[in-house]
Amino acid sequence: MMASADLSTAEAGIGSAAQRRVTPRKKRGNSIPLGIVGWIVGIVFFFPVLWMVLTSFKTESEAYTNTPHLFFSPTLSQYKAVFSSGIWPYVANSAFATIVSTILVLLLATPCAFALSLRPVRKTRDVLFFFISTKMLPVVAAIIPIYIAARDLHMLDNIFTLVILYTAMNLPIAVWMMRSFFLEVPGELLEAAEMDGAPLRRTVTEVILPVVAPGLAATALICCIFSWNEFFFAVNLTATQAATVPVFLVGFISSEGLYFAQLAAAATVATLPVILAGWVAQRQLVRGLSFGAIK
Amino acid sequence: MTAIAPPVAAARPARARPDRRRQGWVRRAPLLPALVFTIIVTQLPFLLTLWYSLQSWSLVRPGSEHFVGFTNYVDVFRDSQFRTTALNTIIMTVGTVLIAMVIGVALALLLDRKFLGRGVVRTLLITPFLVMPVAGALLWKTTMLDPTFGIVNFLLRPFGIGHFNWVGSFALGSVMIEMIWQWTPFMMLLVLAGLQSQPKDILEAASTDGARPLQIFRELTLPHLRRYIELGIVLGAIYVVNEFDAVYMMTQGGPGISSANLPFYIYQRAFLGFQVGQAAAMGVVVVVATIIIATFALRLIFTSFSGTEQAA
Repeated sequence: MMASADLSTAEAGIGSAAQRRVTPRKKRGNSIPLGIVGWIVGIVFFFPVLWMVLTSFKTESEAYTNTPHLFFSPTLSQYKAVFSSGIWPYVANSAFATIVSTILVLLLATPCAFALSLRPVRKTRDVLFFFISTKMLPVVAAIIPIYIAARDLHMLDNIFTLVILYTAMNLPIAVWMMRSFFLEVPGELLEAAEMDGAPLRRTVTEVILPVVAPGLAATALICCIFSWNEFFFAVNLTATQAATVPVFLVGFISSEGLYFAQLAAAATVATLPVILAGWVAQRQLVRGLSFGAIK
Repeated sequence: MTAIAPPVAAARPARARPDRRRQGWVRRAPLLPALVFTIIVTQLPFLLTLWYSLQSWSLVRPGSEHFVGFTNYVDVFRDSQFRTTALNTIIMTVGTVLIAMVIGVALALLLDRKFLGRGVVRTLLITPFLVMPVAGALLWKTTMLDPTFGIVNFLLRPFGIGHFNWVGSFALGSVMIEMIWQWTPFMMLLVLAGLQSQPKDILEAASTDGARPLQIFRELTLPHLRRYIELGIVLGAIYVVNEFDAVYMMTQGGPGISSANLPFYIYQRAFLGFQVGQAAAMGVVVVVATIIIATFALRLIFTSFSGTEQAA
């Protein structure tokens, strides 16, 4: 899927010069060395992740060797150890915070983005400015009052505290991203709906939503990734009840000592959902990270 | 540009005055929940931080808070550790973002060419960015950089540096290596998007006119990529300057404070030293510095990408 998407744009770049000269030469002289370099670089960058997964299937004694073993008899015992060490409540907390905050983000961001794109309010630019500026302020400067407020409201170690913070954390990205999707709704479609005298609600549900639905999914995915990986709020505001998976990883080390293989298994469990989601949504990743600036 | 008259409104016949006013609120209504929520959750804390920064307040002694004016700020600027961690933050941010960008451009140029399995290589290359930062930091600290069992030292052994204590003796650098590993894919993706948006006919015309590949790259591709590179640097810096996870997991700011950045140092002051007032004052200083830098950054993003309007 991703490979085929790339093919259409493959003609760009410096390659076109050589391609024009002799077509067969390009195949021999350009593609194969490039391919080798590409694969080497790709594997180098991927290696720490690959090594994590490999190590997670080793025994501890195999993981601690002066000469790293690439081949070994795999064992599932590390995963058994991880799952029996009580990871499930953490996974449940992470999943809850991720899913509920993402739903909230979409509920808040979609109408907001609508009012900043298709039916723009006055001072649209100022509002957009405001949203993005909240992402630039250092979180660490807000953590003290947030901690004290949560303490006074008896909401420390409460999963809903994380839900609220993750919603605020992802809302600016979602507003900008959804706005960029709304701006892609063809004007003719809207005008046609207006001409037919369709009420706003029907225009939204029958004309706009089908067009931006993929964008909605992409936005949701980006929010999920950020929430799942978030650590700073989680480590400062939770203890035993509401701790999430990243906090579990930290606790794992201090309680179990440093066991490479078991640690690798825990890290694999923590990391895998996001890696898979990110692989599926590669294109949307760029759009989300650039606040919708790059399509 | 505030008066963007949308076609939908023009199609409707103009009604009486009070009605138009109501229309304004109908238009604004969808915006308000998100706006109000964001103001409460993100702006209120900063106002409180401002207030706390004028207090002397220890978190472990309830009722200890009292107004001390600007004493905390004086302390912040006298604090040599604050200066060290501020410098660390700058080194970490500039170093990580620039190195990640250089590697990112190289990788993007590579991925812009056609070769067997390019889609798979691209997928492999973006993976570091998707790894949970806490897990990534742990992996680098243990399986990669461990003095005895780490892969990096294993690979360096033939060169005679087989037992280097990376995280201990090269703490800031080790944290940066991990962060560069995580952020290079981000830069690569942005630059790749830039490369693929380059108009192909111009490139072909240039090569037909006999321009050499290097010449085309320097005079056509690089100027085209400029705004993508700038955007990558700005966005990367926004995230990297706030980095906490890697420092916390890999070095805890140590040895001493040699690898601590401002987020970690302020966290330490607030939650391990319990000095609310001082930590808040540091937070305010950081916010002010960020606002100054962000003003330029924001303008940049708007002028190059808002699409609907040009420079302010």
